Amino acid sequence: MFGRLTIEALPLYSWVAVGGAAVTVGGALLVAIVVTWLKAWKYLWTEWLTSVDHKRIGIMYIVVALIMLVRGFVDAIMMRAQQAVALNSGGYLPPEHFDQIFSSHGTIMIFFMAMPFMTGLLNIAVPLQIGTRDVAFPFLNSLSLWLTSAGAGLVLVSLVIGKFSTAGWTGYPPYSGVEYTPGVGVDYWIWAILISGVGSTLSGINFIVTILKRRAPGMTLMRMPPFVWTALCTSVLMAFAFPALTVACGLLALDRLAGMHFFTNAHGGNMMNYPNLFWIWGHPEVYILILPAFGVFSEVVSTFSRKRLFGYESLVYATAAIAILSFTVWLHHFFTMGSSANVNAFFGITTMIIAVPTGVKVFNWLLTMYRGRIEFHPSMLWSIGFMVTFVIGGMTGVLLAIPSADFLMHNTTFLVAHFHNMIIPGVLFGYLAGYMYWFPKAFGFAFDRAWGARSFWCWFVGFYLAFMPLYILGFKGMPRRMEHYNDPSWQPYLMVAALGAVVVLCGIGCMVMQLYVSIRDRDLTRDSTGDPWDGRTLEWSTSSPPPVYNFAVLPEVRDREPFLDMKERGVAYQRPAHYEDIYMPKNSMVGVVMGALAFVLGFAVIWYIWWLVIACGLAMWVAMIAKSSDDEAEYVIRAAEVAKIEEARYRALGSRAEGGT
Amino acid sequence: MEHPTSEHGLRTYLIGFALAVILSVIPFWLVASHVLPPGRTMLVIGIAAILQILVHLRFFLHLNLTSTPKENLLAIVFTAVLIFIMVGGSFWIMFDLHQRMAV
Repeated sequence: MFGRLTIEALPLYSWVAVGGAAVTVGGALLVAIVVTWLKAWKYLWTEWLTSVDHKRIGIMYIVVALIMLVRGFVDAIMMRAQQAVALNSGGYLPPEHFDQIFSSHGTIMIFFMAMPFMTGLLNIAVPLQIGTRDVAFPFLNSLSLWLTSAGAGLVLVSLVIGKFSTAGWTGYPPYSGVEYTPGVGVDYWIWAILISGVGSTLSGINFIVTILKRRAPGMTLMRMPPFVWTALCTSVLMAFAFPALTVACGLLALDRLAGMHFFTNAHGGNMMNYPNLFWIWGHPEVYILILPAFGVFSEVVSTFSRKRLFGYESLVYATAAIAILSFTVWLHHFFTMGSSANVNAFFGITTMIIAVPTGVKVFNWLLTMYRGRIEFHPSMLWSIGFMVTFVIGGMTGVLLAIPSADFLMHNTTFLVAHFHNMIIPGVLFGYLAGYMYWFPKAFGFAFDRAWGARSFWCWFVGFYLAFMPLYILGFKGMPRRMEHYNDPSWQPYLMVAALGAVVVLCGIGCMVMQLYVSIRDRDLTRDSTGDPWDGRTLEWSTSSPPPVYNFAVLPEVRDREPFLDMKERGVAYQRPAHYEDIYMPKNSMVGVVMGALAFVLGFAVIWYIWWLVIACGLAMWVAMIAKSSDDEAEYVIRAAEVAKIEEARYRALGSRAEGGT
Repeated sequence: MEHPTSEHGLRTYLIGFALAVILSVIPFWLVASHVLPPGRTMLVIGIAAILQILVHLRFFLHLNLTSTPKENLLAIVFTAVLIFIMVGGSFWIMFDLHQRMAV
């Protein structure tokens, strides 16, 4: 009846594991109690969970990402604490548990922190920036969100029921095969990734179509804001790279469940093909994550330097070049697999080449700042911190691109320091810059600057403290993922790294304070203009938060910086002559239901509860058919109603103009 | 909302479906029945897969060289380049490795 799920699955093997489970269950209960206490279940369901509005979906994506950021960070600080004390001793974590922690840290940070954060920013900003009312496929957008959340849910549940994978975030066979790791851990990993991977592929397709087909009149490709360009390139990468991951994980699942031999050592399998397939996705994934961050930096640097972006065309071509080149470098993740010199040399050279367009972008931002009137908004701090730190990571990356050097550095903490050096300042700083930049747009009140700046400084200093020692340890030959060690000269560095993690913890604390203070003071800091930064692109031309239809009249674009252009021509905030009826997509519960079914389906496969797998599969199929046959997926907002909403906005604008300076 | 035009009738879909089924059955049958040696079986599977893609493009996505807009064909070319990089690169890597590891 319950497959291999028994009472043994509860994590009673160590007090740390019990603690983790208790925090997870307690957190879920706390949320449920608060929502019940506020009597907000109905509101939550009708206004948020079933919403197909891209702005709300974007906010929900970012909520998922922030929750998972905290979870992934707890893993990180636990590993740092373990390594700081585990000289000639077992520390406080048994090896089996330590392995689960580094596996879940990587899996969570890439798939369930960075990916949802990125998709959330795309959702909030892209449709507004291109001047449209929603994404091309609003329901698909909701489905993507809930599939991603289902995957995140599986990772969280693995903390309470059963164990997570111990095979690292990449899950290489043969170790991840059923022969060497028979438990549920790797299955949790596979199904979390398979389910959320479908969501990511669908998001990619959705945004390609949205950007190509739904731009406001006059917005040619070369008039798109830089963030939209990076979003387009990222979406293309998502649509093309994610299938490779789905195939790799799917084949691994068949090996494990159906006794097949794609990646086993025996019976004609070839385990080397797994890293090959995995990194065909994995390397583009790095750029999937970082290109939108580059887009955010471009917007932020231009806005807060009060200058046009320097070298827009070169930035666009650099973005496109990176998108193509990112598909030609994947072997550098496994130089040591044993390919011949020609193969390694080819991929080493392409890897070095890809640093060139990235370097071009750094000069774009630097020269945009040059002689600008720079305002040190927190988003700008993240951007400058990024530029300073990211080039260090870029240089260590070019160093690792030399195969012979890679043979020495591979699998050491030097590598760990390198990719954290790319992903924390590059990706995470970028997303946090975007989060602080668009927050007033999404919610309609200011985001506290002081706490934002404090958060930046903690993250910035904490990052250097946590990862610079790892570069040195890598040179000294410390392998990654060590549960304990016996070289006393390593310990001081590991203690500094642990201190760095504590400083980052302060940074996360500041982020929480920032949210608290901003929400507390929201009535004092309402943004009635919709344009708090004297912005340049279309998202600032509508109110904050934007009405459900974004733009009462679709804007007409004449320039690369359309809103600045409108302000200069004196046509911004002009009342249109008349309003028209607007058709908007209806909310749908099918997305959230499908997500819940996908979660149960994944859980049932992991525990071999086959009847439940079949039931969920059938239910999803029925839901999909029912949704596809629904011909009344839209509703009308009458022109009179639009006029009422818009008049309220013009009144707020007018009162501000009269009462203001 | 636009409604799908009726120019792509049920007939097109049925032909496409039949071709897709045939092209799927052949590889499974070859693998199950061992009528061909492994090398040739793989070759036939590869050809069937490519034909399968073309059938999908022609009958389900309604692409052709005359009435499809240029940018859609451009997207297909881009896809072909990426597939070439991924599949070709994998072949290069795996055969190179096989040569070095072969017993």
